[in-house]
Formats: sequence, C-alpha cells, structure tokens
Amino acid sequence: MSQQQENPVREAISSAIANNEVILFMKGTPEAPACGFSARTVGALQSLGVPFAAVDVLPDPRIRQELSALSRWPTIPQLFARGELIGGCDIVTEMCETGELAEVLGAGASAESPASPAAAAGAPLQIENRL
Amino acid sequence: MPDAADIKLRIEAAIPGARAEVEDWTGGGDHFRATVTAPAFAGLSRIEQHRLVYGVFGGEIGGPIHALSLTTISE
Repeated sequence: MSQQQENPVREAISSAIANNEVILFMKGTPEAPACGFSARTVGALQSLGVPFAAVDVLPDPRIRQELSALSRWPTIPQLFARGELIGGCDIVTEMCETGELAEVLGAGASAESPASPAAAAGAPLQIENRL
Repeated sequence: MPDAADIKLRIEAAIPGARAEVEDWTGGGDHFRATVTAPAFAGLSRIEQHRLVYGVFGGEIGGPIHALSLTTISE
C-alpha cells in the first residue's frame, strides 16, 4: 500500500510544502490569526510583500501532529521556503529584522509564484492556499 | 506546572555549558521566553540551536508549556 493511504495527512502536508514556494502553517488565517505568534509571523511576511500560502492547523489536530513529526519542530507557526523549514515566530522575526528573511525568500527577486490552488492538499484536511 | 526557574535549570542541566535566562511571559505559567547562551550552539544553524533547546522538553512544548520563545546565542 502506498504511503498516501497509510498517512494521508502527512502526505498532504508534504505535498503542500513541496508545491508552494513559501508556505506558512499557522493558527487561524492571515486575515484572522488566532494566536499572537502566528500574527507576528504573518506581519513579517507581509512587510516584505512576499506572496505565501497559508494553512490553518486548527481545524484538525492531526495537521499539527503530523507537521511537527515531519519538521521536527514542536510549535506553530512554521514557515517553509522551497521545501525547507525556515523557522517559527522567533526565527522569522529575527531574520526579518536582520534582512536575512528577504534574502532567503527572494523578496522581489523571484516573482514566480504559480499559486497552484491547494495543491495536493484538499478536502479531508482543509489545507488552503491564501495568497 | 513548570515555572521559569525550573525551565532555566533544566536547560542548563541538559545543554553542557549553557546559561539561560528565562521569564514567564504572561505570568500564567505556560508562556515563557528564554535567552540561552551555549558553546554547544557553535556551528549550528538557528533551527538546530532552537531544536536543541526544545529537545530538552520533548512533548511538553505545545502541551503544558504552550510557548517557549527562544533567543539562542552561540559562544
């Protein structure tokens, strides 16, 4: 049996990370963050004007569980760029202040953001793209 | 429920040579902020430095410890 069937949640998370250049797993949505740490991280990204996909982990506890198992990172939010974990709120804030975040996210440079809608994610998870 | 002093001691006990300053961010015993200085951080990325500290608490992060905000300094 394929992994997909064994662990569809983790599989969906992996694809979402792989298919979105910049993706933020957060509590709530960019428009209505449900946690101060998520809000601050969204603020950092918006200050750079970088388009990003966002996934709300709150609707299903499995998202958070599988994400943390996958990323070896215990807390939310988690920011990924080009498939790699950049960090949580502390690291993102720090990198935003030092200018590293703009560099890592290629702010301004790569305007290529194909906004593939909800990639492989989809129905069971309610993983959404919010660009 | 862990308190700031607890968390400080556990970080310092688990990471060789570490010095930690920990405060209870909200006074509620579940949101903490820590600055950790350790020689063990040398050569590690920020992510790896933070993982080292989070690793001290395992499943408690996100559980009884809702948030542990970190600044890590390598020495």
